[in-house]
Amino acid sequence: MEHNNQKLVEQVERELLSTIGQKYKNERFWIGLLTVISLFGVGAWIYQLKRGLGVTGMRDYVSWGLYIALLFFFVGISLIGALVSSVLRFTGTKWRYPLLRIAEAVTLSAILFAGVMPVLDMGHPERLYYLVTNGRIQSPILWDVLAIATYFTGSLIYFYLPLVPDLALMRDKLTGISKFRVWLNKFMAINWTGTPLQHKLLKRAMGIISVVILPCAISVHTISAWLIAMTMRTGWNTSIMGPYFVFGALMAGCAMMILVMALLRNGYRLQHYLGHTHFDKLGMLLLALTAFYLYLNINKYGVPAYNMQKDEKEFLDDLMFGRYKIPFWFVQIGGLVIPIILLSFKKIRSSIRYIVPVAALVMVGAIVNRYLIVVPNMLHPFVPIQHPLPGYDSYNPTWIEWAISTAGFTGFILFIILLFKPFPVITIWETMESVEKNGVDEVGLEYMSNQKYAPRYENYEN
Amino acid sequence: MKAEDNNSRRNFLRMGMITTATAAVAGIGLSKVLSKDKAEKGSGEEVKVLSADGKVFVADSSHLKLKTHTPVTNAESRIGIPGKKFVMVIDLAKCEGCGKCTIACNKMHHLPKQREWIKVLEMQDSHDSAPYWFVKPCFHCDNPPCTKVCPVDATFKREDGIVAIDNERCIGCRFCMAACPYSARVFNWSEPMWVEYSAKQGDTTSKSTCCSKIEDVDPTDNDAPPERFFESKKGCVEKCDFCPHMAREGKLPCCVTGCGKDAIYFGDQNEDAVTNKSGQTVSLSQLLEDKAGYRFMEELGTKPRVYYLPPVNRQFPKPDMKNSESKS
Repeated sequence: MEHNNQKLVEQVERELLSTIGQKYKNERFWIGLLTVISLFGVGAWIYQLKRGLGVTGMRDYVSWGLYIALLFFFVGISLIGALVSSVLRFTGTKWRYPLLRIAEAVTLSAILFAGVMPVLDMGHPERLYYLVTNGRIQSPILWDVLAIATYFTGSLIYFYLPLVPDLALMRDKLTGISKFRVWLNKFMAINWTGTPLQHKLLKRAMGIISVVILPCAISVHTISAWLIAMTMRTGWNTSIMGPYFVFGALMAGCAMMILVMALLRNGYRLQHYLGHTHFDKLGMLLLALTAFYLYLNINKYGVPAYNMQKDEKEFLDDLMFGRYKIPFWFVQIGGLVIPIILLSFKKIRSSIRYIVPVAALVMVGAIVNRYLIVVPNMLHPFVPIQHPLPGYDSYNPTWIEWAISTAGFTGFILFIILLFKPFPVITIWETMESVEKNGVDEVGLEYMSNQKYAPRYENYEN
Repeated sequence: MKAEDNNSRRNFLRMGMITTATAAVAGIGLSKVLSKDKAEKGSGEEVKVLSADGKVFVADSSHLKLKTHTPVTNAESRIGIPGKKFVMVIDLAKCEGCGKCTIACNKMHHLPKQREWIKVLEMQDSHDSAPYWFVKPCFHCDNPPCTKVCPVDATFKREDGIVAIDNERCIGCRFCMAACPYSARVFNWSEPMWVEYSAKQGDTTSKSTCCSKIEDVDPTDNDAPPERFFESKKGCVEKCDFCPHMAREGKLPCCVTGCGKDAIYFGDQNEDAVTNKSGQTVSLSQLLEDKAGYRFMEELGTKPRVYYLPPVNRQFPKPDMKNSESKS
């Protein structure tokens, strides 16, 4: 047994090292496509800067639109890092190891683009530095800026710390890579030799950051919720907004995690490492989160729907039976109820082929819901909208907004892909350590003996 | 009694004008004036000038010029007019919904026709109650939700009660628009139009009653007082500004002077006096007491500086709600 485990550990090291810098299927095509879409979005933004925000569908009543909805979406997605790296760590979950770096990468990319979205929405982005020179701390925007910056920094640290032993491993064992990569590995490994003291210090640092990052993550999205909850508007002015955002975020993050995992599993041939256990466990987590989110939705819409105050009634009528009835019921039924039913079956949960479309459904529902949180409320101010100018009493995003928003998404995916070019997708040393201690089944590795699913070895010589 | 009131108020306004004007002159040009070469002969008439920090200077009157536009520094325009608390009263009983206030406002601020800093709405509180016209400027709240959320102090509350916007500072995040429960704020989505209105252009507001001086202001003139918040800028939020440049000269805002029916009063709460277009000056507290003045949506706790007098014994026909696109 002991001998067998040792062999498996060696296999893990060999296979995971070989994935670094690997090209996956049609890599050039996908990266090219994502880059082109992203650059098109950048072009659209330059056009928007020149012509003003008038090129968007936003007007004086609906003064926030797609960009702010996406800000909320990206901040939300970013919470998955804290969920996987911190919460699963505290609960001592052993299957978390292969997921750690993916979760941190999703977090890093999401929080980066969460920082970009509000800048796209600004009328004067060149005055951004006024937030520092003239910042007023009582404005929730300043809290949001501070929270996003803090969480980004924390996530960067949390991405880097567990990377150090892996970089040392790459420094020592990878051959046939470019001179720059050799230098980069050596530089970033900061003289890690794996002494007991180094291990002790690293573990302690990771322990501290895993505690610190959790309140950061919750505050970053609670403050996003406060951006709208701290206004006096029907549908926004509710104390449930903070938890509603946080749990909606965890749900969306979990769904995004499943999608990104499936993508990387195929791309890098990680069938050994991202197995059915992981999809099943995340599916169960997603089930719990969608069920809880449905409960929050019933609270958020059910309570005012029972009271039927005048302004709430007009707003809810529009949302449930009016202009927004199709997206609203899609979110509730398609994005929550149906996934809850589907995820209840173990067969669907643990089959990667089935769980991916379910996660995609939850994801689309989450995006549409962010839109519904932002837009319909703004069409129901206290003072009635009368004799509006054409286009002022509704909101239809223009192609500029679609282009920029799509670029936000492609940029988000591109950043994750590029992040995994120089760094291993799966944390090597932690997985090895855990396999050594707990065995492959506990960590969720499977088919280890089936070489059909193994990553290719090219860069690696023993 | 009334005449006396009027007189004392006028005197007060005149006093205020002189003080502010001289203070401003002293603040800006005094050092220049006093250091001018003494060879230049003055009229010999000495004038005492009070500076902003309370010092009295003596200068030759021929060396002092009263500028057409009272120069106000950026810092001063952030603080506001000392000793004032501006307040507006709108008598809904006198409003016939003609919209002349909006026209006068647009003319003063060079706004295109559809851009409404002051709006005239048709309101009906419930199905069977009578509809009425509702004039809605910015309420210049004493507990303004908009200034609270501004991240860069671009919109702020002045000591004279005015909520102003510095569009050199505004970053265009539009949080204030989301925060304002009254939809008072508008945004310059594209390059704004600077519209020149002539007296012939169909509106009845004559040049002499409204914005005679401001019309000459060149939007690119750097010496123009920074209190001209109304210079629309792309990517910035704007709204009703209570015409602070007029108030500094002791004049009424142009929606008041433009109103067709004496329905809008404007004045200083510290003086407890408000004045309408015809020049009738009445006691604010008395007016609110006699006519059951109220503020719109008091329950929000924003403490607006605009009071309404309910539409009782209306002098004009009520609006036809069938034409309105009101929601309820």
